[in-house]
Amino acid sequence: MAKGRGMIMTREKDAVTLDEYAMGEEQIGQIEGVLDRLVAIGVHCVMVIDMAGNIVAIRDNGKTRINVYSLAALAAANFGAVEAMAKLVGEEEFSLLFHKGAQESLHFLKINPDLLMLTIFGPEMTLGLLRIKSSETAAHIRSIWLR
Amino acid sequence: MAFINMKHREVQAKIVYYGPGRGGKTTNLEYIYQQFRDRIPSEMVSIKTHGDRTLFFDFMPFDVGKIRGYDVRIQLYTVPGQAKYDATRRLVLKGVDGIVFVADSLAVQRERNIESFQNMLDHLAGHKKSIQDIAFVIQYNKRDLENQGIPMLSIEQLDADLNPRKNIPTFPASALKGINVVVTLKKIIAMTMTNLNRSLT
Repeated sequence: MAKGRGMIMTREKDAVTLDEYAMGEEQIGQIEGVLDRLVAIGVHCVMVIDMAGNIVAIRDNGKTRINVYSLAALAAANFGAVEAMAKLVGEEEFSLLFHKGAQESLHFLKINPDLLMLTIFGPEMTLGLLRIKSSETAAHIRSIWLR
Repeated sequence: MAFINMKHREVQAKIVYYGPGRGGKTTNLEYIYQQFRDRIPSEMVSIKTHGDRTLFFDFMPFDVGKIRGYDVRIQLYTVPGQAKYDATRRLVLKGVDGIVFVADSLAVQRERNIESFQNMLDHLAGHKKSIQDIAFVIQYNKRDLENQGIPMLSIEQLDADLNPRKNIPTFPASALKGINVVVTLKKIIAMTMTNLNRSLT
């Protein structure tokens, strides 16, 4: 196994052929740093997960009490299910996936074929701002992943 | 597709319980949940139909402890066994590191066992994997019904159908009574960790 260093992006599109993959301290630290910027603008929690439901990196505001592992498993499955629904109606994917709650809302963004970003945020955050910042964050993560 | 986080020295791997409908996959997980409550940091997630059948999957994280200084967390999943949920089964198998195939020992379920096994192989192939690439064990469930006058498949028959080369570890079990459930779990975790071990430095 090669260690860290964006190995997934060097492989074919469906990364499940990999037995396992690892990310080094520096790479994880950089992704966490990028996620911290989202927390700084007011999101409650943000995590990068892979399509198998593993948590690659997670940051929060220190106030959240969420079962993150179950959430990651369900988020990956949910995204997969919605992607399958998109194909059934003739779309490649639905670019925006958003669940609105009274106090907590979820925003899904596909970073690349292997990674998803799941953001949990409250009513004080506008969806428009979150979408802009999430897109910037995803671009940063893609560049880190490729290094 | 296990993930190794070298910064936080943590490993996450995915084990899926696969098999025909009403074969005992969810019952396996429920028994594990009862027995190892202290190692399971959250509630078991079950997405069921109104008829109490698994609709999407059951899920729970399971803390194995430290291996080579890494915290190992195994994510346990089941698939829905009913034929109509084929797309969901494929989805749950994405990134799988280990599979427990839960075969139903009732004689009337013989064809369903074989169909489900083939279905699993097809889905793995769709993910460019085979059972040789991952940790894999078979559990022959419902052995507690032997000697109750119910027509059962013999172990020899089950082997002939599902493990003809006898190269896959198999466990006669009763998920309902908890017989060999933990033994099955320990074996699949051990095999998964053996595959991962070379990567942990």
